[in-house]
Amino acid sequence: MSALFASAADPVVEIRGADKVFANGTRALSPVDLTIRGGEFVTLLGPSGCGKSTLLKMIANLIAPSAGSLGWWQSGFDHVGEPGKNLVMVFQDATLMPWARVQRNVRLPLDLAQMARSDADARVAEALALVGLTGFETHYPRQLSGGMQMRVSIARALVTEPNLLLMDEPFGALDEITRNKLDADIIQLWWKKKLTVVFVTHSIYEAIFLSTRIVVMAARPGRVLKNVVIDEPHPRTEGFRVTQKFAAYAKELTELLAEASAKGATDL
Amino acid sequence: MSERLVRWAAPLAVGVVVLVLWHVLVKALDVPKFLVPGPLLVLDTLIADWGLLFRSLLVTLKITFGAFFLAVVIGTTVAFLFVQSRWVEMSLFPYAVLLQVTPIVAIAPLIIIWVKQPTLALVVCATIVALFPIISNTILGLRSVNPGLINLFRMNKATRWQTLTQLRIPSAAPYFFGGLRISSGLALIGAVVAEFVAGTGGTGAGLAYQILQAGYQINIPRLFAALLMITVTGVLLFLLMVFLSKLALASWHESEVVHES
Repeated sequence: MSALFASAADPVVEIRGADKVFANGTRALSPVDLTIRGGEFVTLLGPSGCGKSTLLKMIANLIAPSAGSLGWWQSGFDHVGEPGKNLVMVFQDATLMPWARVQRNVRLPLDLAQMARSDADARVAEALALVGLTGFETHYPRQLSGGMQMRVSIARALVTEPNLLLMDEPFGALDEITRNKLDADIIQLWWKKKLTVVFVTHSIYEAIFLSTRIVVMAARPGRVLKNVVIDEPHPRTEGFRVTQKFAAYAKELTELLAEASAKGATDL
Repeated sequence: MSERLVRWAAPLAVGVVVLVLWHVLVKALDVPKFLVPGPLLVLDTLIADWGLLFRSLLVTLKITFGAFFLAVVIGTTVAFLFVQSRWVEMSLFPYAVLLQVTPIVAIAPLIIIWVKQPTLALVVCATIVALFPIISNTILGLRSVNPGLINLFRMNKATRWQTLTQLRIPSAAPYFFGGLRISSGLALIGAVVAEFVAGTGGTGAGLAYQILQAGYQINIPRLFAALLMITVTGVLLFLLMVFLSKLALASWHESEVVHES
């Protein structure tokens, strides 16, 4: 059902031959052609140095491509921010303001946009409920665990009611149990809020569990290898992780990545 | 014994030991009171001359607080300006450093001649001494912002003013309070030294003047009593800054948070 939904949807992000060469000559990313459609949960999966974070930052417009171009909702980045074209990014570091309580931290994007306090507080309450942190409004970041700080960071992202959610290895710094819990929560959120998500990870298992489609990347030089569609309907449960289908995907992806790293040639 | 009790009791115990040692050594070595008065004599003198000494302390304090206030106002303004413009900082920071390294004893006589009003002259001297730590620490604080947060603000299209008030100033607070602790003591030192140098050209009313006079009259117990007052005042000022620090930072900064062990 989600596959139907995806192919019928409009493109949200179009990447046309975008690549990245840094000033010192390092080729971070070979030219990439990729389209992300509304409602997809796309994971960029690959080892260190494959360019997945670079690609994600290009989508966030934090880095400009050295060649090629990107389109957001079939127009330029200056239209991002208009209703229905809201983009938000979550990083591996929760990056909370240590001097402010959770309420204030989550409300920050709305305060900066000068939204009325009462409206903003209502949105904060909703966002905190979505991440399961109702009741923690007056806590300071240092009183929260790593996983909870990450949830606050996600709540802060949700408070602007985004359409496109970019996540750069958000659970990488957390222990496996917390990570699995947050994985389950994030796909629930995605499903409930009808978001489009682009997720970066180096964990094959996380990628299979979460995504509708995996973009497999390799390093040296950073490039896209293949798209792998995960044909398992949503909503998914923890049970999916131990099915034959899951294991088959894991095998396919492991082999793909191993082959790519064995063949890898340095760009001269 | 609770941690709080030990924190007070330990230095107090050291103080008592030192006092006892002082008393015993002065008695045992029969040191004349015009060289090193014993602690009991100093205390007697302090009580006897309290009126005079306390009035003088108030004069010195007036200059200290005046200078401290000016140092904070000027210091934070300068720090903001420097952070806003690289050009301004590049051109003017070396001169700010000059403030740090200029020996106040050398330029105080000049200032006292230039600024006719004696009290104002002393305030100017003390301000010069107290200024640099505020500038330096506040700049450091305004610049020491978590780059992730800067990114976050930028991605949310925050204005310069929003970034300054909601990000840079709170980030700078711990550094600013660190600067206050140093600067408060320096304001006191500056006030005392300036008055020392001014001699009869100053107000003739502060504690430093009393120390000078006591020196001329070989009234060493009074000299010690006055010194004791200055020392205690310095400590109290520092404790006041610590208290303010706690007020502002207790809920979140590592320096003030009480860790559960």
